[in-house]
Amino acid sequence: STLRVYTIMKAKGDLKEFKVIGRRFPTEKNKNPTLYRMRIFAPDEVAAKSRFWYFMKKLRKIKKTNGQLVYIAEITDKHPTRIKNIGIWLRYDSRSGTHNMYREYRDITVAGAVTQCYRDMAARHRARTSTIQIIKVECIPAKKCRRPHVIQFHVSIN
Amino acid sequence: MVFTRFVEIGRVAYIMEGPDAGKLCVIIDVIDQKKALVHGPVHGVQRQGLQFQRLSLLDYKIKIPRSAREKTIRKAWEKAEVDKKWEGSGFYKRIQLRKKRASLSDFDRFKVKNLKYQRNRIIRGKVKQIKREQQQKK
Repeated sequence: STLRVYTIMKAKGDLKEFKVIGRRFPTEKNKNPTLYRMRIFAPDEVAAKSRFWYFMKKLRKIKKTNGQLVYIAEITDKHPTRIKNIGIWLRYDSRSGTHNMYREYRDITVAGAVTQCYRDMAARHRARTSTIQIIKVECIPAKKCRRPHVIQFHVSIN
Repeated sequence: MVFTRFVEIGRVAYIMEGPDAGKLCVIIDVIDQKKALVHGPVHGVQRQGLQFQRLSLLDYKIKIPRSAREKTIRKAWEKAEVDKKWEGSGFYKRIQLRKKRASLSDFDRFKVKNLKYQRNRIIRGKVKQIKREQQQKK
């Protein structure tokens, strides 16, 4: 059996949104390497950094040993009391293959919706956090929502 | 049984659990099946999402548009005289009674016990008297 040298991500408590920017180490050949920014949803800064390098390795062939973190900060919601319809595009491993998904949630914060998503995926598909990759998170206008359980809250009867 | 208290925009609710327990708030929008966007400026409840499980709907409703701002809520609250109605309601009185009972000292509890005993003696005496009179009529 292989020795696991990394820890898996667990969606502990309420997730926070982090803005993480990193790049390759500058060398003689490349004095200004491209900066890469990611929106990472993680329970804390440590997990966020780890997740950033996880994606960097997969998407850009930059390892933690080859690169440097330029910026990391928690992004708090601009309007935490405004209800949003949030669309989440994700990719997850099921027992028999890997699938793409689009899910919608209604929440007052984006990080809250992503937390809901992880809980929902675990409940409905038995998908653990480490097998889920969040591809895109977007606040969508009401008329672009596709899921009936979100649309049902769009009628306001005063 | 017909339902009279609905979850609707403007419905006043009593918060049962959490840091704001015991305060009144208004439902200003519905987030999803389990949570409402709630605000209670008069009682010091910040605008937040609360689970319906934590709320106890009351009989009062104020007229506000969806996601109304603090000033609008305050005005509508005062216009509907929610605080006056609330303090005259049975629910409020029972909460105060519960609080009073919980804050009694041992001496107070002793006094209550004696008062109850005296009251029950009078009641029992009257009941016996009525029964005796009915027997005598027969």
